[in-house]
Order: sequence, then structure tokens, then C-alpha cells
Amino acid sequence: MKNTMIGIIGAAAFGVMASAASAATLDDVKAKGFIQCGVNTALAGFSAPDDKGEWTGLDVDFCRAVAAAVFGDGTKVKFTPLSAKDRFTALQSGEIDILSRNTTWTINRDTALGLNFAGVTYFDGQGFMINAKKLPGVNSALQLSGASVCVQSGTTTELNLADYFKANNLEYNPVVFEKVEEANAAYDAGRCDAYTTDQSGLYGIRLTLASPGDHVVLPEIISKEPLGPAVRQGDDQWFDIVKWTYFALLNAEELGITKANVEEMKNSPNPEIKRVLGVEAESKIGTDLGLTNDWVVNIVKATGNYGEIFENNVGSGSPLKISRGINALWTKGGLQYGVPIR
Amino acid sequence: MAVQHVSRAQEPAKASLLYDPKVRSIFFQVVLLLLLIAGVWWIVDNTIENLRRSNISTGFDFLRGRAGFDISDTPIQYSSDSTYGRAILVGFWNTIIVAVAGIVTATILGFIIGVGRLSRNWLLRKIAMVYVETFRNIPPLLVIFFWYLGVLAVLPAPRDSIVLPFGSYLNSRGFYFPRFLWGDGAWLIVAGLVVGIGLTWFVARRAKARQMTTGQRFPVFWTGLALIVGFPLLGFALAGFPLTLDFPKAGTFNLTGGFNVKPEFLSLYLALSFYTAAFIAEIVRAGILGVSKGQSEAAAALGLRPGTALRLVIIPQALRIIIPPLTSQYLNLTKNSSLAVAIGYPDLYAIGGTILNQTGQAIEIVVIFMIIYLSISLVTSFFMNWFNARMALKER
Amino acid sequence: MQEHDMSWVRTEMALAQPAPRSEAGLGSWVRKNLFATPIDSVLTVLGLLFATWALSQILGWAIFNAQWTGTDRTACLTVDQGGALPSGWSGACWAFVNAKFAQFMFGRYPVDERWRVILTGIIFVALLAPLLIPRAPYKRLNAILFFAVFPFIAFWLLIGGFLGLSYVETPLWGGLLVTLVLSYVGIVVSLPLGVLLALGRRSKMPAVKMLSVIFIETVRGVPLVTILFMASFMLPLFVPPGMTFDKFLRALIGVALFASAYMAEVVRGGLQAIPKGQYEGADSLGLGYWQKMGLIIMPQALKLVIPGIVNTFIGMFKDTTLVLIISMFDLLGIVKQNLADANWATPQTARTGLVFAAIVFWVFCFGMSRYSMFMERRLDTGHTR
Repeated sequence: MKNTMIGIIGAAAFGVMASAASAATLDDVKAKGFIQCGVNTALAGFSAPDDKGEWTGLDVDFCRAVAAAVFGDGTKVKFTPLSAKDRFTALQSGEIDILSRNTTWTINRDTALGLNFAGVTYFDGQGFMINAKKLPGVNSALQLSGASVCVQSGTTTELNLADYFKANNLEYNPVVFEKVEEANAAYDAGRCDAYTTDQSGLYGIRLTLASPGDHVVLPEIISKEPLGPAVRQGDDQWFDIVKWTYFALLNAEELGITKANVEEMKNSPNPEIKRVLGVEAESKIGTDLGLTNDWVVNIVKATGNYGEIFENNVGSGSPLKISRGINALWTKGGLQYGVPIR
Repeated sequence: MAVQHVSRAQEPAKASLLYDPKVRSIFFQVVLLLLLIAGVWWIVDNTIENLRRSNISTGFDFLRGRAGFDISDTPIQYSSDSTYGRAILVGFWNTIIVAVAGIVTATILGFIIGVGRLSRNWLLRKIAMVYVETFRNIPPLLVIFFWYLGVLAVLPAPRDSIVLPFGSYLNSRGFYFPRFLWGDGAWLIVAGLVVGIGLTWFVARRAKARQMTTGQRFPVFWTGLALIVGFPLLGFALAGFPLTLDFPKAGTFNLTGGFNVKPEFLSLYLALSFYTAAFIAEIVRAGILGVSKGQSEAAAALGLRPGTALRLVIIPQALRIIIPPLTSQYLNLTKNSSLAVAIGYPDLYAIGGTILNQTGQAIEIVVIFMIIYLSISLVTSFFMNWFNARMALKER
Repeated sequence: MQEHDMSWVRTEMALAQPAPRSEAGLGSWVRKNLFATPIDSVLTVLGLLFATWALSQILGWAIFNAQWTGTDRTACLTVDQGGALPSGWSGACWAFVNAKFAQFMFGRYPVDERWRVILTGIIFVALLAPLLIPRAPYKRLNAILFFAVFPFIAFWLLIGGFLGLSYVETPLWGGLLVTLVLSYVGIVVSLPLGVLLALGRRSKMPAVKMLSVIFIETVRGVPLVTILFMASFMLPLFVPPGMTFDKFLRALIGVALFASAYMAEVVRGGLQAIPKGQYEGADSLGLGYWQKMGLIIMPQALKLVIPGIVNTFIGMFKDTTLVLIISMFDLLGIVKQNLADANWATPQTARTGLVFAAIVFWVFCFGMSRYSMFMERRLDTGHTR
């Protein structure tokens, strides 16, 4: 039975994947048995294949969390690596169910491109990286007049770069690449003096350079880059699931529910924890969302809470060592604010 | 005829309808067209539905929007405040520039190698053969990457530039050379050039007429050269030498001033030229071999020296064989210039892709691509056909 | 008849004299082929200098100075770059190719399942080889197996998911596997499609003719990347929502459509070369259109244009590299992706990887072009005038 099922999926996957009712992404996803998630081709800390070819990163873990919410199993997700250019078409055409690819939330994308952003999984800002060994005197982006700057095309970064240099009346030569890897390689080969992208990205990219120690990230942050998962417009139920998965991760951190203690927490006397974990009598929160009532339990079991995802992938538990900063919970002076699950 | 007609008429009506090729052909065409219309309708319907669902507006209005991004090579005035339409225009000119530069170089290189393949000299023949067989059998994209990543990327940083003569430099940011800055009165030079060319043309006509009537030859080449060089020089002197050179100087990051040819352009240009030259060499070889041996023997019998025979007898005839396939190589080169996107040279395709990403106007962008590339193809074919007609055998 | 004195007529052949010293031997060959004129001599000397220089550079880089083994980039770094090699060293870093070889061949195809790819390859070669050898028997059966049966076997083996093989999704494919699958499918699809289009273009039905001309000229007028761009960005808009195409399939459609337009023009050339008498002869025998084309015209026309067809194949094989622009990893794509690996980032990595890819492509294309020349010569003998 299982074999034939896989067979049918196999045959369909190579050819045309057709599904009857496309308006309801949740039904589609349940029917095919996994979530198709669009991620970056290679960005350390956010989404990159490890040595064994397994996808890892913050964006990747978010998709796992959604899969856990839907199926109770964080492994029921497949990843489609996308370049900046094909990411929106992939989502619009239904090739992927969620776009979780360090994508900046802007009004243009929300309206003209037909996306819905479910939240901000990482508050970022655009910065610059230079080779301090080759350019010892430079310690501010304002000194970059006349520099060649590597940037990825079709990103908000490219637009901010133009605005920033124009606003400060500086000259520069843009060197534009389609893919992150190409821009990395060109910067590493000395084609550009500076590399610009989201600061988190710069930390990740720095690690992949030939001699990471030579490169420094300049202090200026020239833009707001709220990065978050996006879904197609016109499917509110699916949008809600993705959005509340994000809030569930935040609430779990706020309430101290972790991967390790989630089972004990079910017995907690705290009514809020009980409600979030769906062990309250007559709980309807999960089923109203179209999921099971233990959806938050499944999410936390699969990936841990937001803080755990952050620390494992980009924070202290990772080579990137990025501090929480504005990505801390609102209770700790950051911007991450979990809307109440009630 | 009449008999046939009668016999036709006697056939049973049913059979004649079913087996009449005309009826069948019309029926088949109608079915085909109906299928096509149904298919197009289905596609259009789906597209409209999809665009409506994802809230994407249609139409070419977006071309008037502010582009917001910068472009590294801008042959025409452009800044991030310009419109998307202007950005596409920049891409178009970049495509044209690299295509024309590539075509010129590939033709020269291809002719040299093609003639080399037929050389009496065994060594030259072999070198030319190795060149052709190497480049013909490697994908052009790979050649581009080889130049970009394998050769140009290992050039030194700007502060350790390789110094070349005439104030030029070569480094990892490309090739720098002095820029000519023309002052007031520079138009006199252009005017001088126009006058020189006009006079040369006139002299050439007169000389030919004289040779036809009296048999006496006039040194047209040298006179023409003197006229074409002399008049602009005269204009240059009259205007008071209005030229200053802007030499590249070391700046904080890059060399500033002068003219900078970027590595992206250089690799694309070199790769396209080297790759296409291999094909042109084969075309040239086939063209020269296609001229029958009797022609060169006859030329020798008339007492023409080998060089003259090549110029007056062989090449004009070979050109007739060469031009049609040469045209398709030119078209291929132009189309291959779209591979620029792989190394970040801002050609039409690369800029169109960026705009698509910002506006989501996939259909409009593809339509623009199609129109521009098809027009380039048509114009090139048209020009080459005109040239071919001029070169065609003129029989009296 | 009168008796003649034949005594002055020699009865045995004169002994062959050796050619004059100036016309024989190495010396003469060198004089004729290398130093015929002063200009020739100068060119020869220059050419010799160039060839020696180029050869010593290439051999030195690729063989004598190359690094063959190593586990990471330190194997290919000079002292001042943090490695062990003398400074100023320049040589190929074959250790890089060595370490990544499996990936270059299979992409991210699961390691435990790679035997399936290898088996497919073996069947492919086993079916292709006798097809290419003119004297091998059972051509018809062989061709049916190769063009009609093999695709299904290959589909089952490579993708699996039924009949006991586990499912391997196409995004995991990569390297030479992708290049060959794209080319094979492109060839198998574009040939019949090209024949149909060529017939359409020469058809007497105006609608059919017009459609064929529009399709052929449009596709030939735009670059392949535009077609691939359409396949990846516009195809999804053309179909009802919820229906999506695999990225691999989209690339296949793009490549096959592109190749079929070029194929159509090659076949048309062959059709035009068939004398009118052949068409009339077939008509007079009472053959229908498809019988006439299938039995009389096509066999002759296709035979005439075999070199053109092979050249189109070579072009398509090279064009498959363009799928890397739509983020698929064919051989060139995967080599390029690995160039970004920080473990192997050295000044020589890019050159080495690209030269490796170039050699692989060159071997395939050169082989095909030689085969085409061989067939051309063979077929030529059948047409001696």
C-alpha cells in the first residue's frame, strides 16, 4: 500500500503535479503528505545543506515547525532551493507552499506581488563587510566612496544600496550577481571592495570565505530588513496556520516551554501554559485553526521554541555567534512579541 | 481534362468527400486551428485567473516606474532615479555593444585562423586546427566562466596593477586607459573626417574612370589615406588642439578617472569572440576550399601574384559561400551574449530579470525580450542579406 | 602484318630509382612544409616558439606541477597563502576534482542508490554502441529498444518510487547525470518534433505552414535563456492554479522545444534536396501522404542531413549548460557550485574545476563530431556520381 502510494507520488512528482482544490493549501498539503518549502540556495545560519545534504538553518527550522503543526512530524517537509529571482514565481505558481527564504517584508511585495507575510522571524538590517587586511583605514561605510560593491540582484539590498549612496552623495560601482554564491566568490576573489547584504547574512557569508579573520562588518546599518515567511494571498486558513506557528514559537519561549521540558509542562498548573499546549479541558484552539489541539506541543518537540531555534542556528550554539539584540523577546528589550494564544 | 472531369463526377459523392485531398486538408486545418484557439484560450484564461489571484496588475505601465537600482555599465545616461523603461534601454545598448565588439573581433580572428588552416605551413595548420577543435567543442558558458573565474579573477588588486604602455592599467577591476576629453571646436575634426572621406570617394571614382579609359593607374590608397588622416588633423590644428587626456589615477579603492572596461564585459567579449571565431574559421575554410582550383590557376595564368589573386579572384568568390553561414554565426553570437547574466554583465536579459523580480511582470518582460531579440535578428539578417546581394555573382 | 625488330624494347621494368635527395626524407618535408618561403620560415619559428611555450605551460600546469591528492585546500596553497607549496607555484589542483568527483557525476543523488544511475549508464552504452556501429545486426530492434523502451527503464531506474525502488526526487539530481538526461531526452523528443515541423513548413496547407514558420522563426530568433526563462516563469502562469511542473521537466520542455526548431531547419534542408521526381514517383504509386513521407522521402532526406542532425545534437549538448542560469545543477553548474566551497577555495580551484568540466564536454562533443564525419564519409560512398 505504502509502496504504491509512493509510486504514484513519484510518477506525479516528475511530471505534472495536479491537485483538485487549490484554494485550500492545507488540504493539498495533507493530501500530498508533506510541505514544500522554498529556502535560500546557500546562506549559512538560515538555510544551507550540511555535509550530509540535510538542510539546516533558521528559515529551514521554521518550515519544520509548520510541518510539525500540521502533521505532528517536523520531518514532513521538502525544501526547494531558490534564487532571489525565482522565489516569488515559485510561490505564486504553487510550486512551494511557504517561502521561508530570508525575504524582506515590504509593501510592494505584500500588494503588487501578491504575497502575505506571516511575521518577522528575524529583524535584520543591511550592512557592509570589507577586507580589513586590504583596507586597514576603513571603519565606516561613509568612507566607501569610489568603492566597488558586490550585491545580489533583485533584492531590497540592491535598492537600499542605491538609496544610501545617493543620500550621502557617494560614488560607487555596483557589481551585481544573480546568486549568493556568485557574489561570495567574486568578493572573495577581490572583485569588490565591499560586500553588502543583511547583517545576519554577512556574518554567515564571512564564515564561508577563505580567511574569515580578515573581514570585518562595518557598524552602519542602512535599512530595516524584517525577514519573514510568506504565503500566497487568498488562502486565509493557511496564512493563519503559518502566522500562528510563528506566534506559538514566541509564546513558547516566553512561557519557558522548551524542547526538553515540553512533556512536563503539560502538567503545569499555569492556566496559560495549559491553554497554549492544548491540555485545557474543552480546548478548541488547535481545531479552530484546522489542526490538532496538541499543535504547539508538536512544534516545540520538533524544533524547540523561538529562542532555541535562534541560538542553534545563528546564536551562541552556532559558528555565527550573533547576539539576540532586537530579536530578543519584548520582555527582554527586543521586538519579538508573541500575540496571545487565547 | 474533360475526361477526368467526367469520371470525377461519376464517383459516389460520399467517397469523393472523404477522399478528396482538398476537403481533407481544409478539415484538418480547421481542426488544427480550433485546437490552437482552444489551447490559447485555455492558457489566456488560466493566466488571467492566476494574475487575478495573486493580485498582479498587467500592462506596460510599470515601465514608467522608478527603477531604484544602479547599473555598473551605463552607455546612456542612467541613475537609480531613471525609469524601468530606461533601464531596459541601458540593457539593450549593453547587449548591442558586446555583440558588435564580439562580431568584429570574432570575424577578424576567424578569418586569420581560417586562412591559417589552409596554410602551406604544416605547423600553422596544426595550431589553427587545435584552436578550432578546442573551442568548437566546449560550451560557450564554460568559456565565459574560464575567462571570468580562471583568468581575470586572479589579476592583481588595484594597488598592484599591471602597468601597460600609454597610461593604461590592468587589474582585478578591469582594464583602465586614458579617456579623451574633447574641448571646444572638436567638431572641426569630425568635419575634416567627413570631407576627407568624401574627397577620397570622389578621387576613387575618377581614378577608376581614368583607368578604364586610359589604362593608367592612380595611387588611390595612398591619396585616400592622406586625405582621410590629413583633413581631421588640419581640423584638429585649426581648433587649437582641443584635446586633454584624463589618465587613470590611484584612488582609495579603485583607479579613478580614465576609461574603465570592467572584467564582466572583458570576459564576455573575449569568450564570445574566441568561441565564435572557431566557427567562423571553419566557414572561411569551407568558403575558400569551395572556390574551384581552376580559378586560382587561371589567375596565375593571367600573371596575378598570389596576394593579388587572393584579393581579386579567390576572396570575392569565397565570400559568396561564406556570407550566409556567417550571418547565422553573427546571430548566434548576439543570442549568446545573453549568457552575460551568469557573470553579472548588465545586458538586456540580466536587467529584465531584475525588473521582473521587483515588479512581477513576467509576461510583459518576456514580450519585451522577444520583441527586442527578434528585431535584432531581423535587422542583422536584413543587413547581411543586403551585403550578400551586393556580393552576389554579377553576370553581364 | 610485318615483323618488327623488337630488340630495342626493354623486356623488364627499370629499377625504381630513389627520389632525388631534395624530394625525399625528413629534410625535404621540413623544407616544403615549414620553410618554403622566408615568410613561412619566420611564421614557423614564431609558431614553434608559441607552441613550445603553450605546451610547456599547459603540461606544466596540468601534469608536472599539479597536486593530485589532498583532503582540503591546504594541499593546493603556497607558503604565503598558508599552505606548503613553494611560493609562485601554479598548477592544477586535481585533488579538488578528486574529492568532488562523485558529486560531479551524480549531484546529490543518494549514495546508496547510485548503482541505479550506473546501471542506467551501462544499459545506455550497451544499447547505443551497436546502434552506432554500422555493421552490427538487428538495427531495427536496437533502435526500438533505444528510443522507445529505454526511456521507461531509465525512468524507473532513475526516479523509481515503484516496483521496489525507492523514490529519488529530481532536485537531488545533478552533475553529468543531469547533462546526459537533458541531452538524451532533448534528442529523442526534438528529432520527431523537428521532422513534423519541417513537414509542416513545407506543407501545402496554409494554416499548418504558417504556424510552423512562426514557431520555428520565433524560437530560432531568441536566445535559449529566454526560452528557459519562459519555461520557468511563464509556464506556471499558463496552467490552472495548483498544477505545477517539476523544475526539471520545465527545463526539459525548454531545451526540447528549442532544439526541435533547429532540427526542423536541418530536416527541411534535406527535404529540399530530394528531387521532385521522388515525390511524383511516390504519388504515382498511389501512396498516401504519410506513406510517401515515411517510406520514400524521409529515409532519403534524413540520410542526407545526418551530419546536420549530429551538429544540432552537439549544439544542444553544449546548450544544456544554460540550465544553470535557472538554478539547476548540470555538470557545469555543480562544478561552479563547488568552487564556492570554502574548504577548497584556492586561486587554482576555479581553473581546475572549469578545465575538468571542459575536458568532459570536449570528449563528448569531439566524439560526436568525429562520428558525424565518419558517417558522412560512409554515406558519401553510396552516392558516388
